[in-house]
Amino acid sequence: MLSIIIPVTDYQGGNGCLNHKFSRGLISVNDNKRPVNLDLTKFAFPVTSISSIAHRLAGVALFAGTALFLYGLHMSLASEASFNELVSLLGTIPGKLITLGLLSALAYHFIAGIKHYLMDMGVAEDLEGGIFAARSTLLYAAVVIVFIVSWVL
Amino acid sequence: MRISAISKLFVQSLGFGSTGVSDWIVQRISGVVIGLYTLFLAGYILLNPGMGYAQWSGLFDNVLMQLFTVFCLVAVCMHGWIGMWTIGTDYLRPHTAGKNADFLRRIYQLGTLAMLAAYLCWGVWILWGGR
Repeated sequence: MLSIIIPVTDYQGGNGCLNHKFSRGLISVNDNKRPVNLDLTKFAFPVTSISSIAHRLAGVALFAGTALFLYGLHMSLASEASFNELVSLLGTIPGKLITLGLLSALAYHFIAGIKHYLMDMGVAEDLEGGIFAARSTLLYAAVVIVFIVSWVL
Repeated sequence: MRISAISKLFVQSLGFGSTGVSDWIVQRISGVVIGLYTLFLAGYILLNPGMGYAQWSGLFDNVLMQLFTVFCLVAVCMHGWIGMWTIGTDYLRPHTAGKNADFLRRIYQLGTLAMLAAYLCWGVWILWGGR
């Protein structure tokens, strides 16, 4: 595999020397002799990163869960018998857990999406604002999820 | 801004995914559509506790509701595609996932597109074909 090093010199403050950034994807992993530290259990994650990855995970869950939403819609509309069957399925413990999971993912993704819209408009775009926005997102989402739990159960 | 700068920006925004600007706009607009649909449906369900089959299927007999639903599904396809594409290009790359990563990413993208196309067809069938 071709290994082309395209140096982009950039002063990384703190160690007093220029570092080279490598362009994406053109370096095979074997050429890079630097040690990699990716033990995720040892990272101190900023709250902004937690909010962000939760937004992404909720999105993936919703992508897969759309199948379940559509299945529910189909059952609810096909006939009165299937409507009642859906209601009883949703009354079982697995049914309630699935509903809870999907609605929580939807609620979190929605609320974090509102945060994105606000940031697009320039609100909370600095460091303190971003931390506040991330915390608020998690807080509001927790409140809505508590409401969803009480409604489902 | 000068005319040349403005037209450059406009032409940039027309690019399919390679500029990011059109993706950004599509995410925002589709997000609004899905959000409105979610608020409407959640509100309708919460305001009609214990609703039965007659009222629920009556809601979806309304052509405006049918159109709203299919618009929401189209928005989900666009919004979901951009999201899943982003995830693919973030994690399935040679630097992170080994030397066959590009090929794997193509498979992943095809699978994602197939699922979204299936969702859309299924939704249309549910609304207009299966009842």
